[in-house]
Amino acid sequence: MFNYLKFIRTRNFPHIWCPGCGDGIILKALIRAIDGLDISRDEAVMVSGIGCSSRTPGYVDINTLHTTHGRALPFATGVKHASPDLNVIVVTGDGDATAIGGNHYIHAARRNINLTVLLYNNYIYGMTGGQCSPTTPRGDRASTAPYGNIEPPFNTAGLAISAGASFVARADVYNVKRCEKMIRQALEKDGFSLVEILTPCPTAYGRRNRMANPVKLMEWLRDNTVPVQKWEKLSPEEREGKVRVGVLADTEKPEFTAEYRKLIERVQGE
Amino acid sequence: MKKTIMGNHAVSYGVRASEAKVISAYPITPQTHVVELLSEMCANGEIDAKFIKVESEHSAMAACVGASAAGSRAFTATSSQGLLLMTEMLHWAVGSRLPIVLANINRAIGPPWSIWTDQNDSLSMRDVGWVQIYCESNQETQDTIPQAFKIAEQLQLPVMLVLDAFFLSHTYEIVDILEAEEVRDFLPPYKPEIKLDVNEPHSFGNLASPDYYMELRYMIEEAMGEARELIKKTGKEFGERFGREYGLVHPYRCDDAETILVCSGTVASTVRAVIDQMREEGIKIGSLKMRVFRPFPFEEVREILGSAKKVAVLDRNISFGGHGIFFQEVKSALYGFTDIPVVGYILGLGGRDVTPEVLREVADKAINDKNPETYINWIGVKK
Ligand SMILES: Cc1ncc(C[n+]2csc(CCOP(=O)(O)OP(=O)(O)O)c2C)c(N)n1
Ligand code: SF4
Repeated sequence: MFNYLKFIRTRNFPHIWCPGCGDGIILKALIRAIDGLDISRDEAVMVSGIGCSSRTPGYVDINTLHTTHGRALPFATGVKHASPDLNVIVVTGDGDATAIGGNHYIHAARRNINLTVLLYNNYIYGMTGGQCSPTTPRGDRASTAPYGNIEPPFNTAGLAISAGASFVARADVYNVKRCEKMIRQALEKDGFSLVEILTPCPTAYGRRNRMANPVKLMEWLRDNTVPVQKWEKLSPEEREGKVRVGVLADTEKPEFTAEYRKLIERVQGE
Repeated sequence: MKKTIMGNHAVSYGVRASEAKVISAYPITPQTHVVELLSEMCANGEIDAKFIKVESEHSAMAACVGASAAGSRAFTATSSQGLLLMTEMLHWAVGSRLPIVLANINRAIGPPWSIWTDQNDSLSMRDVGWVQIYCESNQETQDTIPQAFKIAEQLQLPVMLVLDAFFLSHTYEIVDILEAEEVRDFLPPYKPEIKLDVNEPHSFGNLASPDYYMELRYMIEEAMGEARELIKKTGKEFGERFGREYGLVHPYRCDDAETILVCSGTVASTVRAVIDQMREEGIKIGSLKMRVFRPFPFEEVREILGSAKKVAVLDRNISFGGHGIFFQEVKSALYGFTDIPVVGYILGLGGRDVTPEVLREVADKAINDKNPETYINWIGVKK
């Protein structure tokens, strides 16, 4: 069996996640991906904002920076810019990345700075007890939408693509092998690489939306995620209510820290 | 009607009774219940207000500024990091002279992360120009909200209520619930003299040259000056109607007290219990709770503390390099009026429990230390 313990800070256990939370599945997929790429622990830095998802770095035994709500990306931009050789991994939630930190999200993608961003999308503010987030689907209930949400959600992955990210994928914790593969591809990619990972929050989201049982949320992921190849073959009606998963964008674009280095060389001479 | 409710919900009921028209907020522990109940009340029609979900505290206060400038009674609630993120907009509300009411749940600032109480968040906003009122009970919290709107709307200054995290925000107490119908005479609908109006256009937030800026700042300070009397007068009027009055400060057994403990927030209740116990032992001790911090109640502080032989100030906050904040303020208020010793004690940061035993230790120290080595003393720090 894979030995996770070499990457885990057991002293921070027990973890804060609820039974049935998907965040631990992502943590393990990430560890396997890091291990599979032979990334040295000293060269990896994990930066997170605030939320249940953002607790992840607390449990990983690499260099970690647990920052303020919404600001993981600017902190990470600072780290990467100061030391472009470091592998910088950002862990953020849907609220963290697209609500309070939404501005940073589009600008980091636009710059195409070489960060690997894992956006745990559970459609809700988990940590604060289930308020609407910018990804809460229309009609779903939240503590701040007791009679159903009327706001349309963001397409988080689409947002990153249009802002300029060079690699964008969507994965889910039910199809965990694919999730690991997407993370690995994102880590390998030179440029802003986003993996949006759909993950169940039975406590704050499921309970209010007739899916209190974590198995139900897992079944929802199993039944409603469609790999990109298959998606192409579906009619608009068949796509209704389904979520496309897999690699959504993979392009070659100038990367920010490399461009910066080139500029300095050009202006100051070699 | 009486109900057993948590401190956070006392805020919500106060807002309901005040018939606020716009509520905008972003969630943060330990404030979330305030706005969750309000969003529910907005949706089910218990309050005729619009609830704006926003993407950060900065936007929450910006939405309140907009709503207030358009002539609506606006409310928000936050805590700690959220209040800090709001800072720019807090200044904006003051400069635009908008009577917004905010409830801040005192929570320690990170890093390291803490969700427990201390006062550094609200006190770091002391120079912004918001009236600041520190509440001690759920009843007082609810009752203070309509008073806060009344004061704010007369002064054209925003008002911040401050509640200790958990010790007040999450503690259940019996509260006599105010209904909007009975509050309406006390707090009539908001009718601003100046608002954004298509028929009579005004502008908020214009450029002021050096010829005018200072005068506008002077007027804010003038309003703060008027706030002292107005808070008392409004409190009295509320008391006459509802039978509950809260002043700028709350002195307890101070008349013949040789030592007076100055405190604020929920610690004040524990302090009074300790005072009673010490009085039984024949010790002449009293306490002064600071309810209103901005504007600072200079007169009351001078009058009450002036007759004591020693003053001990309890601070659940620290101004690094400059002592506890209440300590600094009390000391400067007494300057030139009396030369009794004033000693400061820092305690309870990040939610560390301030028990009767801790307070007894502080009181004994304050009485027995004839020549305190320093004027700033840390209580209970593990070395
Ligand atoms: C400035 C600021 N505002 C609000 C909060 C409170 N807060 C903590 S986590 C969170 C939302 C988390 O939601 P999300 O990012 O989706 O992560 P999840 O917990 O669902 O994983 C909020 C609002 C905060 N810590 N700081
Ligand atoms: S609240 Fe939701 S996201 Fe947070 S740990 Fe529990 S299940 Fe996971």
